[in-house]
Amino acid sequence: MNMHTETQLTPAESALADAFAKRLSDLPGDEAVTLQRDAAMQILKRGLPTRKVESWHYTDLRRLLNVVPDFDRTGAPEAVPVLIDGSLRMVVANGRAEAVKAPEGVTVDRYSKLLPKGELSGGLATYDGDDTVGAINTALVSDGYSIAVADGAEIEQPIELQNVHDGGQSHTRLAITVGKGAKVTFVERQTGKGAALVSSVGSLKIADGADVRYVILQEQPDDVSHLGQFQAEIAEKANLSLFIMNVGGKLVRQEVRVEMPGEGGHFELRGVNLLAGTTHNDVTMVLDHSAPDTTSTELIRNIVTDKAHGVFQGQIRVAREAQKTDAKMSCNTLVLSDEGEFSVKPELEIFADDVACGHGATVAEIDHAHLFYLMARGIPEKEARGLLVKAFLAEVIEELDDETLVAVLEQRLEDWFEQHG
Amino acid sequence: MLEIKNLHARIAEDGTEIIRGLDLTVKAGEVAAIMGPNGSGKSTLSYILAGREDYEVTEGDILYNGESILDLDPAERAAKGVFLAFQYPMEIPGVATMEFLKVALNSLRKARGQDPLKIPEFMKLVKDAAGSLEMNLDMLKRPLNVGFSGGEKKRAEILQMKLLEPKLCVLDETDSGLDIDALKVVADGVNALRAPDRAMVVITHYQRLLEYIVPDSVHILSAGKVVKSGDKSLALELEQNGYAGVIGKAA
Ligand SMILES: Nc1ncnc2c1ncn2[C@@H]1O[C@H](COP(=O)(O)OP(=O)(O)OP(=O)(O)O)[C@@H](O)[C@H]1O
Ligand SMILES: [Mg+2]
Repeated sequence: MNMHTETQLTPAESALADAFAKRLSDLPGDEAVTLQRDAAMQILKRGLPTRKVESWHYTDLRRLLNVVPDFDRTGAPEAVPVLIDGSLRMVVANGRAEAVKAPEGVTVDRYSKLLPKGELSGGLATYDGDDTVGAINTALVSDGYSIAVADGAEIEQPIELQNVHDGGQSHTRLAITVGKGAKVTFVERQTGKGAALVSSVGSLKIADGADVRYVILQEQPDDVSHLGQFQAEIAEKANLSLFIMNVGGKLVRQEVRVEMPGEGGHFELRGVNLLAGTTHNDVTMVLDHSAPDTTSTELIRNIVTDKAHGVFQGQIRVAREAQKTDAKMSCNTLVLSDEGEFSVKPELEIFADDVACGHGATVAEIDHAHLFYLMARGIPEKEARGLLVKAFLAEVIEELDDETLVAVLEQRLEDWFEQHG
Repeated sequence: MLEIKNLHARIAEDGTEIIRGLDLTVKAGEVAAIMGPNGSGKSTLSYILAGREDYEVTEGDILYNGESILDLDPAERAAKGVFLAFQYPMEIPGVATMEFLKVALNSLRKARGQDPLKIPEFMKLVKDAAGSLEMNLDMLKRPLNVGFSGGEKKRAEILQMKLLEPKLCVLDETDSGLDIDALKVVADGVNALRAPDRAMVVITHYQRLLEYIVPDSVHILSAGKVVKSGDKSLALELEQNGYAGVIGKAA
């Protein structure tokens, strides 16, 4: 039954429809176009999801995405300094990827070159009808990078992918494959200036025995709607450590979809969400343990102040054949204001019988006794609160066994607290 | 240096009155011992001196060097020189002890118009203070008080006191939980801080501590007020006759 008619579209929905139509007319007709058109139609037919759609229950996109600015490709947004000194920087500015020279063992192609050829078009498929982030990105993607790390390559230099804008819209895709036994660190930066709608989908295929660290730092200004999706597939005995820090944005949905089809694979998610103002920040993870002996830990720590609203949905699915799965998920929140809010929805779907899975969630305020103790030693209130906030996040940040990374992330935290604490 | 006048205070949350018309004067250079039965309000008094928000002063005043400190928050009081060694020091996971000491010391220095200490100077200061209290420096690499034994926590309190150099030291049952040798070490630490411009309020249940830290005055607290004051012989009298005998006589 099709109940949707054009008159029911919100202004944001119509703006999206216009953008889709414009994008489609720019493309030569081939397989990729078909996928893009299907994705566009998916949005147009269903509209943006409301809280009635289960996976969007805490993030009513139809209500929250209330403005979609026009494309504006006139500006030239500046890249930002890299997070880890000495990183290789690859910049997508306003949805246009710059040419880069890849280090040995790494091949890089610009997505805009592959897209018209129909290459990589399979990667444009969406998960399902509720995959709105995927659909918007597929329909509108203009550029990005396709990166391949060779088998056995140990890439010392971190690769930093910057997605920057100066307002308008930007829809970017990163498709990464990491070869057998390779070792590499990626940093993904999401930032810009000016009101914007940003969608960014990254997919990562990790071959047997490879070891990948992936850091996502989302620092959009507070008039940006940011829709991120991180997809990963972890093969046999491969390892992925994913660190996500959200510290900005007006409406942020960061999805994490990880599949573990390889025996002995390991996945770690560490997340820090620093939420202030009226930001709405949603991290939604779907993790599939589909092979035996796969292990994972997910640890999310949130600081919420002002009228910010945070969401964490963590779904872990353990397939029948995924015996000996070990998965531990926890989400802890420190609320600093009366009106700050955090919603957590953990979900375990377990079909195997010999597994160790668990989850826990807490929401608390700053311990007043602790605050008194620190202040009684002469530490002024704001600084004392800062120490306690830092202490709350210490476990997640300090655990990263990379001193430079720990130092820069702690600095981010201090700056944030200075402004919002 | 410290004048508490007709102090009445209650628990902010439920309004229960704990301190009921308490008077106490401690001069610069003086060591005043406070004794009193369990639940008489000794710790509550120490918290109120330090500025804990859980208690509400309903009447009376606390003057420190002639000025009321009731409107100051705990950090402001600490900056003026008030220090409380807690009966039960709190464990604060995730806050590194060294970092805490550095932030505290430099906060006080800033409030007192001094430059922050450079790391090597700070390290030397901590090392010397820890050495004099026979404390193992490894302990200070741990999060603040986390996993410290009862006695270690008490030593850590005195270490903080040495580093922060307060003018009014309130020691709440610093002797409890200390073994006999530790008691001597800690008492020596406290005695080393005795100075003509520094006052101490020593809360204890035991005469033993007062043999090491000899008080100039002894005050007995009962049901939220000072019911009897005297010199060090009052502590001895208590030891012999117990509270029933002594307070009974006072009433
Ligand atoms: N925050 C609070 N909530 C409830 N009751 C309290 C609170 N603080 C103090 N009290 C009560 O006030 C009374 C005095 O407590 P306080 O800790 O000051 O006694 P104390 O003299 O230090 O005793 P002790 O010798 O056992 O240490 C006790 O009855 C105690 O239960
Ligand atoms: Mg007590």
